[in-house]
Amino acid sequence: MRSRIIYSLVLFALIFNPFVGTSQHSELAEDSLTFQEEIKLDIRHHLEDGHDYHLFTDESTGSHYGFPLPVILVDEGVHFFMSSAFHHGEEVAESKGKFYLVYHNKVYRTDAEGTLSFDADHHPTNVKPLDLSITKNVFHIIAIGLLMLVLFGRAARNYKNDLVPRGVAKFVEPIVLFVRDDIARPNIGEKSYRKYMGFLLTVFFFIWIVNLLGLTPLGVNINNSVAVTFALALITFLITNLSGTKTYWLHILDPLGKSMPWYGKLGIYPLLVPIEILGIFIKPFALMIRLYANITAGHIVMMSLLGLIFIFKSWIGSPLSFGLAFFIGILELLVAALQAYIFTMLSALYFGSAAAEPHHDH
Amino acid sequence: MEIPVMVGAGLVVIGVGIGIGNIGGSALEAIARQPEATNRIQTVMLIAAALIEGVAFAALFAVS
Repeated sequence: MRSRIIYSLVLFALIFNPFVGTSQHSELAEDSLTFQEEIKLDIRHHLEDGHDYHLFTDESTGSHYGFPLPVILVDEGVHFFMSSAFHHGEEVAESKGKFYLVYHNKVYRTDAEGTLSFDADHHPTNVKPLDLSITKNVFHIIAIGLLMLVLFGRAARNYKNDLVPRGVAKFVEPIVLFVRDDIARPNIGEKSYRKYMGFLLTVFFFIWIVNLLGLTPLGVNINNSVAVTFALALITFLITNLSGTKTYWLHILDPLGKSMPWYGKLGIYPLLVPIEILGIFIKPFALMIRLYANITAGHIVMMSLLGLIFIFKSWIGSPLSFGLAFFIGILELLVAALQAYIFTMLSALYFGSAAAEPHHDH
Repeated sequence: MEIPVMVGAGLVVIGVGIGIGNIGGSALEAIARQPEATNRIQTVMLIAAALIEGVAFAALFAVS
């Protein structure tokens, strides 16, 4: 009963947020773009991270609905203010005597008028403070983390009373057993798979939930940013190399072992060992790129097809593009689960090679 | 986009198409020979297809 109250409180806080407000700004500068360019801008805005949570814009009154998020900058002292001071990137925010401007989702330090000096590539050359703000992605990660904590906490507490699960535990038990029996045990081995189960389960459910939420109109595109997938791959990299046994390092630095005499090794190791050492870094790097590229490409395709509905504006074109977007959406459902499974399985594979025991012929 | 970029992207997609088609084909053949092993074969097929698609996407992002 208590967990039910906590659960509903968390959901309530997420949906009916005290930060909810409207701001009365109409973006007149964008009337001069063609319809297609407007759609492209909208798609890019939807798929990017942002300093405020922009839900939708009422075209007739020009007011944006959403809520601002805290901006935390470290620039000779910590500056903390709400992103409503930026007014959707139009105004200069002032904090403790310094002025900041948002340009293309990055915060730059400027003077009171907001001048940005551009270099040859049309990139601003102003100083960027260290940006630790709670952007949309960070907010979503925190929210999903809390959601997972509540859900799986309830599931775990379910097992205290009896072994037959009820409620949430009934739903997640087959999936947890799937991760244990089909991903962790075959790849890591019976002896040491329990150490890694926490991370494998977390990353599997996290990536799956995030990908599923990315298909909703909420605009949750965590895996759309390389930074988040980099963080996930970095954790895999750290766990693999920090828990590597002696056999693991022996496999990298001395791959052939006893099966080759020393003169053969002298000839072939200058080629083999650098490749193995590069492989330590390339394998998590490929994890990062695979997840990022799959999810980003899927989101871009789906949003473009949905935009196609509005471009056609006919009785034949729009339903057809809607059907196409629908089928791509179904494919995206499969990709969501598949990418979670692939990331977890490859992580388990790397952990398995890290937890290797010496075999008898080495 | 310039012509070399478009040609490069097209070549990447051709390579991926051939690769995943091969995997699908051999998976089907294996299932036809031994229908009891369908689950394991399907798992391996999906893993291999996801790996190849990862390479394809990385190449596409590098090309564009």
